[in-house]
Amino acid sequence: MDFQVVVLAGGTSKNLTPLVSKEVPKPLLPVANRPVLYYVLHQLEQSNLKDLIVVVEGKDAALLVGGWISGTFVDRLHVEIAAVPEDIGSAGAIRAISHHLTANDILVVSGDLVSDVPPGAVAANHRRHDAVVTAMLCSVPISGPSESGSSGGKDKTKKPGRYNIIGLDPGKQFLLHIATGAEIEKDTRLQKRILRAVGEMEIRSDLMDAHMYAFKRSVLQEVLDRKDTLQSLKQDVLPYLVRSQLKSEALSNRIPRAEENGNEKVSSQNNQVMVSQILANASTPSFHDLCSVSHDGSAPIRKTHKCCAYIASSSSYCARLNSIQAFMDINRDVTGEADHLLSSISDHNNIVGPSTKLGTKTTVGPHCMLGEGSEMGDKCQVKRSVIGRHCRIGSHVKVVNSVVMNHVTIGDGCIIQGSVICSNVQLQERVVLKDCQVGAGFVVTAGSEYKGESLARKEK
Amino acid sequence: MGAQKKGATARVSEDPEELARHPLQAILLADSFTTKFRPITLERPKVLLPLANIPMIDYTLAWLESAGVEEVFVFCCAHSKQVIDYLESSDWSSQPNFLVATIESHNSISAGDALRLIYERHVIHGDFVLISGDTVSNMSLTQALQEHKERRKKDANAIMTMVVKQSKPSPITQQSRLGTDELFMAINPDTKQLLCYEDKAEYSKGFISLDKTLIADNPSTVLHNDKQDCYIDICSEEVLSLFTDNFDYQHLRRHFVKGLLVDDIMGYKIFTHEIHSSYAARIDNFRSYDTISKDIIQRWTYPFVPDVLCGNSAIRVERRGTYRASEITLSRSAQIGPFIVIGQGTEIGNDTKISHSVIGEGCTIGSNVTIEGSYIWNNVTIEDGCELRHAIVCDGVTMKSGAVLEPGVVLSFKVVVGQQFVVPAYSMVSLLQQPTQQDSDEELEYADSSSGNVELPSAKLNGDITSDLSETRHGPTSELGTGGVGYIWSIFEGGHDEEWRHSVAPIPTDKLAKIMLDKDEDEELLTQDGNVLSPSGELKSDSDANDSEDGDNEGSRDDYVSFEKEVEATFLRAVHENVKVDHVILEVNALRLSYNMASVDCAGAIFYSMMKLAVESPHSSSSELHRNAADVITTWQNLLKSFLHDIDEEIEVILKFEEICLESAKEFSPLFAQILHLLYDKDILEEDAILRWADEKEGADESDKVFVQRAEKFLQVRNELIMSIRVCIWLL
Repeated sequence: MDFQVVVLAGGTSKNLTPLVSKEVPKPLLPVANRPVLYYVLHQLEQSNLKDLIVVVEGKDAALLVGGWISGTFVDRLHVEIAAVPEDIGSAGAIRAISHHLTANDILVVSGDLVSDVPPGAVAANHRRHDAVVTAMLCSVPISGPSESGSSGGKDKTKKPGRYNIIGLDPGKQFLLHIATGAEIEKDTRLQKRILRAVGEMEIRSDLMDAHMYAFKRSVLQEVLDRKDTLQSLKQDVLPYLVRSQLKSEALSNRIPRAEENGNEKVSSQNNQVMVSQILANASTPSFHDLCSVSHDGSAPIRKTHKCCAYIASSSSYCARLNSIQAFMDINRDVTGEADHLLSSISDHNNIVGPSTKLGTKTTVGPHCMLGEGSEMGDKCQVKRSVIGRHCRIGSHVKVVNSVVMNHVTIGDGCIIQGSVICSNVQLQERVVLKDCQVGAGFVVTAGSEYKGESLARKEK
Repeated sequence: MGAQKKGATARVSEDPEELARHPLQAILLADSFTTKFRPITLERPKVLLPLANIPMIDYTLAWLESAGVEEVFVFCCAHSKQVIDYLESSDWSSQPNFLVATIESHNSISAGDALRLIYERHVIHGDFVLISGDTVSNMSLTQALQEHKERRKKDANAIMTMVVKQSKPSPITQQSRLGTDELFMAINPDTKQLLCYEDKAEYSKGFISLDKTLIADNPSTVLHNDKQDCYIDICSEEVLSLFTDNFDYQHLRRHFVKGLLVDDIMGYKIFTHEIHSSYAARIDNFRSYDTISKDIIQRWTYPFVPDVLCGNSAIRVERRGTYRASEITLSRSAQIGPFIVIGQGTEIGNDTKISHSVIGEGCTIGSNVTIEGSYIWNNVTIEDGCELRHAIVCDGVTMKSGAVLEPGVVLSFKVVVGQQFVVPAYSMVSLLQQPTQQDSDEELEYADSSSGNVELPSAKLNGDITSDLSETRHGPTSELGTGGVGYIWSIFEGGHDEEWRHSVAPIPTDKLAKIMLDKDEDEELLTQDGNVLSPSGELKSDSDANDSEDGDNEGSRDDYVSFEKEVEATFLRAVHENVKVDHVILEVNALRLSYNMASVDCAGAIFYSMMKLAVESPHSSSSELHRNAADVITTWQNLLKSFLHDIDEEIEVILKFEEICLESAKEFSPLFAQILHLLYDKDILEEDAILRWADEKEGADESDKVFVQRAEKFLQVRNELIMSIRVCIWLL
């Protein structure tokens, strides 16, 4: 497939402090003891999309990510690492690497996407409709722990949040309206023109834009060049393309717009319509075609482009790691209900790595993961938690609903609930943590109790 | 009578609610409360207009009967006598199991009034069908009724079920094939609840706005542009009481439906029922008259087609959709094209061509006549060589030889078109003169004018036709050629340039091309707007804020305008009824408080009213106007003075005067200096105020300074020689 993939891996996101640091940028945050980027790359590899550009914010982070990729995916993927400055937005990142893009179609995936939706299906859908953009939509995840009751602070039964307001055609193939960010809280304004063309529009607020897009390269580049105010793919570029789909300014043919005279326009458009009809013969003739065909020959032909949607089936898993809560949720889900994302699973529904040592009367419950080389003392309990590699855990330790990264030392009698413990943390005896995040290398003194706090070393 | 059978089986069942079953009732509004069928409806109610030679109300009643309705209350308002007489003389009054009762009113001006009146009569018990007498349908009500009842059992707030039908409006003209405006409806796809109903969403041009709570409550909503409202509603009793509670509800859709959808306190819900294979449409305007007539001829409305409705084989259907009554005289050489209806006793001459038309009973059509897509009612005489294209010709019209009707013409009752006369496209011709008062609120007209002055001439027509005709013959002859009788109505404002939309004639292609072009331009603008808005969320919210600010300004300016109007009305009343100055001051102050205006605004508004009075009182020259103004100012100087407490208010008066001269009453501009003098003279304005005003204007544009220059002389004089003012006035 003539597809180039751009993975926007991000850098040191502020949402995720103290979990991320200079040593551990966001793409390398462990999800079930694997960097989150692994899941995207793995899915891409499965779909046979092997020509990748991984965009990382910041040079240091790029080096770290590059090192990890070349170590893990050596010979399996053709990966280029591109470092871009921080805070230029996703559209800015694409602009920065624009000269590397050569293929006809570009698949842009966010590096923090943990999903089992095959990117190949999105790409194929995009090709089939000859769309300018295809966005992958998935059901809104229900955040918060699914089994509440462990801790009182978290069982505020959340309504499924609303991330997007999405308008679809009756066949659910085309994206007719999308509202993101602050717009969601306002009254929705829908373009009558699109509504007239399609006749019936379904408005969904239970779908989410999963930040996996297939773009037609020429259009994407043209739009980014012409409109330098566009900052983000999700918030600006996609809504712009959707909004202007029946009045396209971004022609996908390469004739410069200013020099076009009427005839050229007509012929090129006719060609395009024909080509698109041939390509789209699998799908029903869309309203775009009906709109672009002139009514009596004399009227000017209107330029249209197609914005498609690929809606992931409701059974598939799809989540973005963009907050601490999401980090916890994803870790829980990947070891739990979405365990098919991991290849190996043991009989007890838990994963206990080789060469781990468990003390007597220590239980590791289902939906848990224990990294290799970790040691646990006597009478420990681990429930719905992920514990990294080479951790030393003393006796009488309780770990519930938590994530413990690598090389963590936990003293005897600690109780850890709903917390994230980063690498190289030392918890001394009888520490009680509830809903806390402990940054890398932090030392929690013996007997201390914390609740809902974020602990991190001071930057020196 | 499938529905009745169903009723019988239901009675057998154990359901206690079904045991206490009421007969299914219907309210039929025999008045559309609109004026779209003028001038015809000035003389005959809309429901009695023939549709393929059968009055519309017969289609509606026949459908109600077949759908299992047992009691129909026909609400008559305009021309109620005609409707009642018709129903009494027809078969409907003597049907077993089908009761047709009439309710008469003379002062209802809207559907809301009608339903309130019906509520007071206490005749409706239980669910009823609400329909207007101009609806043609053949749908089965069974399913819709059942759905409605089941919903009611679960949720007492589900008080209404609206029938909708698939119909995509034209992408170019944005109106449906029935000539109605496009309609946007938001419907919950699972429950079929109606969430939003926008039929005239002009204010948010290009966008349709959905409330955020609506989307928050419904994860999935379908917004339809491809549905048509059939105006068949299944309502529960509460609907009537709701109309009574909300006495401001007038229009069924615009007020009632939207009111319920917006109101979330009572929580009443409206649901929709979509029909797929059956027919339902309402005759709303001339275009839908044309469309539905064609549908009837093409038998989409079966069994409600002319040959079945007439019964006793008076009309035969032949191939190519030709309906012929038994006794017609047809020349051998006449070409009777496809899809026509010819009524009893009609004669058609040699070489006449007729296609896609309806010809009524007792018509005489000469030779070499061309009739295409036209509706000719009863007893029409068309002489040789006439041409009719897409026209409606009412009863008793005479077209002299060689007369031509261009597309879209409507000839009302007994009009005579002169020889060789060409009636221009889209003309409305009537024996009655166009009512002079054009009420912009369309709902009010039909009813109240017909009960008022317009009823008189039509009664006269019925009574003494010949004398009336001879009378009118002298008057409007010139309008319709030699020997013609009738007035061509001028197209009233609002409908200008839009007459093609609702006419019987198909939309001409050049019009379509023009709309296409216009629309493209519109959209160009729209997308540009979009571009401005597009870059980021921030920018968008910014511009939104601006929007709302503009809105506020607009609002306050509107407020001021209405305040000014109120003051003016108060002032005029004072002038005409000799109200004391003190009272006027009190009233104006009250207005000021209620509109939250400053006293500065009062002074301006009063002065404005005074000047308006002066300019409206008759005058032929500027000197007379000056005298008028002087009179008014002298008479009411005390009133004005009482609002001029300080210099700012005086300046406001000058500024207001300037505005009047520039905008509303340009006649004053040459008199500016003189009236300024006068005001000074009467001690209304102080010298300081005038000088301050001049100073303020110093920095303004040249164009703004026109009046300062006008008053220059006066100002100079003021500065130099205050005492000789009196002389100055005379000099100027």
